[in-house]
Amino acid sequence: MQLLYHIGRYFILLRQVLRRPEKASIYRKQIFLEINNIGLDSLGIVIIISIFMGAVVAIQTAYNIDSPLVPRYTVGFTTRQSLVLEFSPTIISLILAGKVGSRIASEIGTMRVTEQIDALEIMGINPAGYLILPKIVAAMLINPIIITISMFVGLFGGWIACAGGQSVTPDTYVFGIQSYFKAFEVFYALIKTVVFAFIITSVAGYQGYYTEGGALEVGKASTKAVVHASILIILFNLILTQLLLS
Amino acid sequence: MIEVANISKRFFDHQVISNISVLFERGKTNLIIGQSGSGKTVLMKCLVGLLQIDEGEIFYDERPLTKMGFTERKQLRQEIGMLFQGSALFDSMTVEENVMFPLSMFTEMPIEAQRERANFCLKRVNLTNSNKLFPSELSGGMKKRVAIARAISPQPKYLFCDEPNSGLDPKNSIVIDNLIREITQEYQITTVINTHDMNSVIEIGDKIAFIYNGKLWWEGDHDDILITENKEINDFIYSTKLMQKIKHLTTKS
Ligand SMILES: Nc1ncnc2c1ncn2[C@@H]1O[C@H](COP(=O)(O)OP(=O)(O)O)[C@@H](O)[C@H]1O
Ligand SMILES: [Mg+2]
Repeated sequence: MQLLYHIGRYFILLRQVLRRPEKASIYRKQIFLEINNIGLDSLGIVIIISIFMGAVVAIQTAYNIDSPLVPRYTVGFTTRQSLVLEFSPTIISLILAGKVGSRIASEIGTMRVTEQIDALEIMGINPAGYLILPKIVAAMLINPIIITISMFVGLFGGWIACAGGQSVTPDTYVFGIQSYFKAFEVFYALIKTVVFAFIITSVAGYQGYYTEGGALEVGKASTKAVVHASILIILFNLILTQLLLS
Repeated sequence: MIEVANISKRFFDHQVISNISVLFERGKTNLIIGQSGSGKTVLMKCLVGLLQIDEGEIFYDERPLTKMGFTERKQLRQEIGMLFQGSALFDSMTVEENVMFPLSMFTEMPIEAQRERANFCLKRVNLTNSNKLFPSELSGGMKKRVAIARAISPQPKYLFCDEPNSGLDPKNSIVIDNLIREITQEYQITTVINTHDMNSVIEIGDKIAFIYNGKLWWEGDHDDILITENKEINDFIYSTKLMQKIKHLTTKS
């Protein structure tokens, strides 16, 4: 029952979010602001995590193939596949759900409990649209770029690991990451990213928008935003993979 | 002029507002008074349409609120200014941006004209040299002034203030009260104020509606209220030692 209630209210909110904006120029300004807040602010952590994960995947793959029958360039190939198919789109989106989701929920939740949302509404503004739509649009635009950067940086991390180790030469690694490349796999990854971006921002917006109470509830809303968005990401990861790859 | 006709509001089984009818006139400071928890905020949010009423009607200069469509309601909203209990300034914007915000959203004014209007309003509330500060850098009294400036910047016809001097010291309270009253008379706004501050009641109570147990218990002005025989209102007014002392002195003389 509780679940149905939340799902219903979520879609009602989405409809409000998608109402025609009062003034396009203001929304455009907000989108640029949010691209900065949501996207560029997360770039640092994404780069750090991706480098290390790329390196670790490369080392582990090299460690696991000690058979002379398996060619060495498999390390590059496997690292690329892991990063492109799963690590960059899914794991980085989960990290963004934590970083961006909690930020959005607490920002909007605070505005709710301090009556700033009422203040917007009284002015004749559609608060749901004004506050949530620019965040959704910004994330759907910027996250694919962030994820693409994560892929390249992760591959670079793998290269560093190879250059620093003995088992695979960097040239073999580079040959590996270029072999059997299918553009569709990148497309699949970016589709996932865009869906996840929508989930993160809309779920966090929902949690923040319906916060009731005070500072404590804002904290709870922000935790819920992260948990619910993460679960939905995992769920939609399965659904999209089933749809697109099988 | 705002006419409230037989409105009621319930949260589940908790009847907060029961059958209230009252008239708020233009150019006057109309006060809604009552104890904390008596339903003042709920009543005000019903008046402006932030909460939906269960029964009754609210007429804004003859225009019925509950019959309004989406665009009419939006039009009305632009004629309403509201001052929230906690000021509700936008944290991410400077003082100036806060005051300019309603203008940027709903007018085609060029940015310079918006800034000029914002500065005019800030000057009107005696707040200069704070344009570039953020709300977190302001004192309570300054926040209220910015909130007033923001509320009046689009030249509203109706002004609602929820406990405009809660959290302020007595001196600042009087300043804010008088400011609201001056603005009300100067621009002939229909102003409705929630308060439980006796000082405001006596200073600016052109019209007073006393809410008790969710009902309109008594109506009058700042002279009537001191001589009324109504028990609940006397309990309310003379709940403090100071007021009791004043009553004692005035009845003796
Ligand atoms: N959203 C709500 N849901 C349920 N009860 C509410 C809600 N808002 C206010 N109330 C109740 O209505 C009563 C009046 O509250 P309020 O109008 O805030 O009083 P005050 O006169 O202090 O402004 C309180 O008992 C409060 O618990
Ligand atoms: Mg109140």
